[in-house]
Amino acid sequence: MVNKSTRPTDPLIGNDSWNIQLDSNGRLKHFLTIEGLGSEILTNILDTAESFANVNEQRVKKVPLLRGKTIVNLFFEASTRTRTTFELAAKRLSADILNINISTSATSKGESLLDTLQNLQAMLCDMFIVRHSDSGAAHFIAGNVAPHISVINAGDGRHAHPTQAMLDMFTIRRNKGKDFGQLRVAIVGDLLHSRVARSQIHALNILNTGDVRVIAPKTLIPTDIEDMGVSVFNDLEAGIKDADVIIMLRLQKERMQGAFLPSEHEYYSQYGLTEERLRTAKDDAIVMHPGPINRGVEIESRVADGERSVILDQVKYGISVRMAIMSMVLGREPEHDETEAN
Amino acid sequence: MNRLLVSNGLILDPVTASVKTSDVYIADGNIVAIDHRPEGFEAEQTIDASGLIISPGLVDLCARLREPGLEFKADIHSEVTAAASAGITTLCCPPDTNPVIDEPAVVELIHRKAATAAHTNVVTLGALTRRLEGQLLSEMSTLHAAGCVGVSNSRKPVANTLILRRAYSYAANCGITVFIEPDEHWLSMGGCAHDGSVATRLGLNGIPVSAETVAISRALELILETGVKAHFGRLSSAHGVELIRRAKERGMEITADVSAHQLFLNEMDINSFNSMCHVLPPLRSQRDMEALRQAVKDGVIDAICSDHQPHEPDAKQAPFASTQPGISSLETLLALTLRLVHEQVVPTYTALSLLSTQPAAILGLNTGVLAADRPADICIYDPDQDWQLDASGMLSRGKNTPFEGWNFQGKVRYTIIGGTLVHTA
Repeated sequence: MVNKSTRPTDPLIGNDSWNIQLDSNGRLKHFLTIEGLGSEILTNILDTAESFANVNEQRVKKVPLLRGKTIVNLFFEASTRTRTTFELAAKRLSADILNINISTSATSKGESLLDTLQNLQAMLCDMFIVRHSDSGAAHFIAGNVAPHISVINAGDGRHAHPTQAMLDMFTIRRNKGKDFGQLRVAIVGDLLHSRVARSQIHALNILNTGDVRVIAPKTLIPTDIEDMGVSVFNDLEAGIKDADVIIMLRLQKERMQGAFLPSEHEYYSQYGLTEERLRTAKDDAIVMHPGPINRGVEIESRVADGERSVILDQVKYGISVRMAIMSMVLGREPEHDETEAN
Repeated sequence: MNRLLVSNGLILDPVTASVKTSDVYIADGNIVAIDHRPEGFEAEQTIDASGLIISPGLVDLCARLREPGLEFKADIHSEVTAAASAGITTLCCPPDTNPVIDEPAVVELIHRKAATAAHTNVVTLGALTRRLEGQLLSEMSTLHAAGCVGVSNSRKPVANTLILRRAYSYAANCGITVFIEPDEHWLSMGGCAHDGSVATRLGLNGIPVSAETVAISRALELILETGVKAHFGRLSSAHGVELIRRAKERGMEITADVSAHQLFLNEMDINSFNSMCHVLPPLRSQRDMEALRQAVKDGVIDAICSDHQPHEPDAKQAPFASTQPGISSLETLLALTLRLVHEQVVPTYTALSLLSTQPAAILGLNTGVLAADRPADICIYDPDQDWQLDASGMLSRGKNTPFEGWNFQGKVRYTIIGGTLVHTA
């Protein structure tokens, strides 16, 4: 028995929140957050995605890797793009996929999250792809499903969106090469409410990126975000100076309501990425955006559609990266005790 | 007639900081003598307290019993039984029951149920404003007459500062202590964790320290102007402690408490979205935790309470922000406080005073002291007994504790309330 006479948690690493992501052999069992994963796993995902990128460019875009597996898209929050790319990725891996939009079904009738899970679990599926408006929802679900089910986080509250971050890393690698050590990456916009940014920051730091910056007005910078390994800028041009990669974040219209900002117009005048401002960055800098974009709010159309923009590539790569993650998680050799249980 | 003798126990003398072996003679609900057998005293029952420490019974400044209104979580009978087993002889129930404690009938209901349970004494705080809505004054004088030992608006906001000023003024007029849980509603609204690096990393809505300090500052100014007697409960931050320290140094007669878990947990403990560590006020930084310990040591904080909030299991089974805040903490109050002794934060007699003598004085009660003619409310514990917390074995109906599996030293063996032995272990 563990002696808990001292504090049962380590003050530096906490409760090993990420450990439930790995099986006893150290391989991905769930994919909940980038935090705590090693660079080896991230690189492995990117390499695997590279091989699937070729599949996606062939005439027959299907491989039989996950034939017979059942995957459930469990979306408690509306989404078009993410849900669709997961669905396509699953189909190209020959898995059966079921879409369940919970926001209009069970929980609105008062059923608890746990009850919903137990009902779906009874349908004998292999993987849940989960999006939920509460931070920590994917961890909660992973901690409460039957041991043979894997969970992939497709976005939980403001906490994490790890598959998006991986497709962003894939996009950066395709454009800037495998060594992130010399790169300056600037993330611009609503950091406070962004799960994408949090996952990107973890991924960039794990991949040893030279300089990771976040840029936003003070009202949209989370407290102590420096502790995640970024430098903070409140001025756009200073922040993107000589950047290799600029990642723009979406500004939700409701941010005016909470008094985070006075108006979209004023935001654009200070933080909108225009062609002129883009000149501050390196000549070959790429511009990314997780979508959907607000033209004229955070980004000028000429930039979004311009030659530096890789926004549509991100969407395309999203399929390969999600195929990679799903196949790694579901294609594992069974663990010893799991075999026994089966 | 009920004559009880507690023999050969150890009593700590805070004046001389010494331990002496003593006998305590109890008759008709009161302590009649210590050390010397009163003439003609024949014990009907004798407790051999050899090797055990005799402490005044614990007085808990804040414990939610969930009755009336939330009986599916816990009830008065279950919780006072748990409290008695933990050496708590008096506990104070805040007014945020349903219905709210804003009329004598509710006070009477709680006192009657507690009396029937015949374990820990229950005292109540009345609502500061009617239905705790922050709009109209409650009938404080009537509530006081019905037995409320103070008034409080719990953690519910009084948004209008003029109403708050009049409420304090009226309480001063009635000679009633105001119990304040400092929280600026607008700053804490929607938050579930300390606004710091852990909440940022986990994407949880933060509650800034200013939620506490703005409320303390506003209250202190109004206390100065109205002259009301006031107690600040459940401090959570270094800055909050500093405001209380300075006010005391200025000569203000205020008191303050902290919940025991704030002295042992901090924001790092929610790292894995551990909903057992979802509490309000939130667990703050390591630095805040150290400052709270220092304030306990310095006497800026006068009492340690449980802030007991029992829950049904479902209340903690959800993503972190959607879980209900609070810890079932009656049964760890003494053990955690004794741990402060083991970690050399305070000596034993100070720890026991923080749990009994001082909170009793804050509530204006006659108990909390081992002396002749005081109520025989006594906790007798074995200072050397090691034990491990098993939540499923707790007597409280709420099993929600972040201390599951912790090892403790010091366990209650006997609890005497009003001269009656109500718990033996």
